[in-house]
Amino acid sequence: MFDAKIVRKDFPILERTAPGGNQLVWLDNASTTQKPRAVIDSLVQYYEQHNSNVHRGVYFLAEEATELYEGARTRIAQFIGADPTGLVFTKSTTEAINLVAYAWGLYTLQEGDEILVTEMEHHSDLIPWQLIAKKTGATLVKLPVTDDGFLAMDQLPSLLTDKTKLVCVTQMSNVLGTINPIREIADAAHAVGALVLVDGAQGVPHLVTNVAEMDADFLALSGHKMLGPTGSGGLWARPELLDAMEPFHGGGEMIREVWFDRATYNVVPYKFEAGTPNIGPSIALGAAADYLTNLGMENVRTHEIEIARYAIAEMQKIEGLTIHGPTDAEYRGGVVSFWVDEVHPHDLATILDTEGIAIRAGHHCAQPLMRRLGVPATARASFYVYNTTEEVDALVKAIDIAKQRFAGAWA
Amino acid sequence: MSLDDLYREVILDHYKKPRNKRHLDGADIDLEHNNPLCGDEIRIEAKVADGGIGDITFEGQGCSISQASASMLTEQAKGKSLDEVEKLVLAFRGLMAGKEDIDDEALGDLVALKGVVKYPVRIKCAVLAWDTLQEGVQTFKSSH
Repeated sequence: MFDAKIVRKDFPILERTAPGGNQLVWLDNASTTQKPRAVIDSLVQYYEQHNSNVHRGVYFLAEEATELYEGARTRIAQFIGADPTGLVFTKSTTEAINLVAYAWGLYTLQEGDEILVTEMEHHSDLIPWQLIAKKTGATLVKLPVTDDGFLAMDQLPSLLTDKTKLVCVTQMSNVLGTINPIREIADAAHAVGALVLVDGAQGVPHLVTNVAEMDADFLALSGHKMLGPTGSGGLWARPELLDAMEPFHGGGEMIREVWFDRATYNVVPYKFEAGTPNIGPSIALGAAADYLTNLGMENVRTHEIEIARYAIAEMQKIEGLTIHGPTDAEYRGGVVSFWVDEVHPHDLATILDTEGIAIRAGHHCAQPLMRRLGVPATARASFYVYNTTEEVDALVKAIDIAKQRFAGAWA
Repeated sequence: MSLDDLYREVILDHYKKPRNKRHLDGADIDLEHNNPLCGDEIRIEAKVADGGIGDITFEGQGCSISQASASMLTEQAKGKSLDEVEKLVLAFRGLMAGKEDIDDEALGDLVALKGVVKYPVRIKCAVLAWDTLQEGVQTFKSSH
């Protein structure tokens, strides 16, 4: 039986008190998540017992480190329903998307080609495509967001043409919490011969994810947003795509044979892992995937529907508070962006901080979406496996304190 | 560390009832800055007459600290010579750097922003308008 109050005991940092004396309430999970003891132990154990470079060295430590590193690859691949051959370790989602942009987009896209990008993409799934469009002459096309925070699916058929070569879509919005219909988009994209890149930074940690069911061609994921260490992450791609792609970074490990003026490359996924990889954090990401698998991703999703439903209901009782994005928890994750009249998000975040509550304020690296919403910034509370309804109550109470401070006569 | 140090009454007053918040036609100094991290925006417009700031206004959006700081800036800069304005900018930067030996009298109401120093992430909010004014004055001087 899933119980967030029991789960949170696995997270040492949640015992911390904030400078004001209150217990920490961590509600910035869309930015990064806290780490369970199992992940911290995995990192410590690697550095205390197994530290070595991987895939080289004939001594026992190299063997142990390689086994742990490749074992993590297998478990993370299983976590997304994939074969490990298609999983490249990266330092972040951002690096994974840039890998696709530079190793696939730069060599494949031509003038006249189109890249369809949704209006709710994080900058990390927009800027690489702007850069590649500039270099190749390809054009960015926008899949708009509706007033209620969904993708404008009715416009998809007319936006997809034989010019479309790639569709970039987030599995779940880091601002609105909207869960996107990836399979429907993939089917439509494949029908015109386009590939689909899914930004899984927000989706993979919170939703049951299966690349085959989504029929994605590329899936970028973040380690630190799913209980793993910063500096861990990955790109899954269909192995035949990876095979055909040019390398991203050049260096050791990614080669097979090198002459002074040329080289042949290693097999996938190693062709894309130049240099010493982020071994310890990647192994610990494997531990994070195990931890989530033990909790059960269906249970994680059920918990988040419950907490999002409770939070939205309680927050909607606050006068002058507007929630952006879908209000039905079935269609959204536990990311709740909101606006409180008369209290700017920054002021709100500062006041909440003095209560020990960490939320995010700003544009959330999604400025085009902020323009679409017509707001300069939003406040954002985002939930995960260890958050409780009591913490939602603390949030609601603190928002009220902030409102009182800014109440009064306005010009 | 108390929120009362940050949100002084005078700051909330300037935020809720901003002074000189309007567009200024025929401005000699007209510059807009924003903080890309948080989206705060400030536009400063001023008329220069006899080597000093005549009318000065601001427009923008953002948190209470950025907007109140801009409102107070317009009040303090009005009527000062460009050299005096530059000194005022330096004094304000000193205040934000936590320096003790600054001229409180020259700063007037602005000393209310002293509490921001205890909230390092908010200092950039307070200095946004001042960065804008300083660059605006420098640009004006170099072109006249």
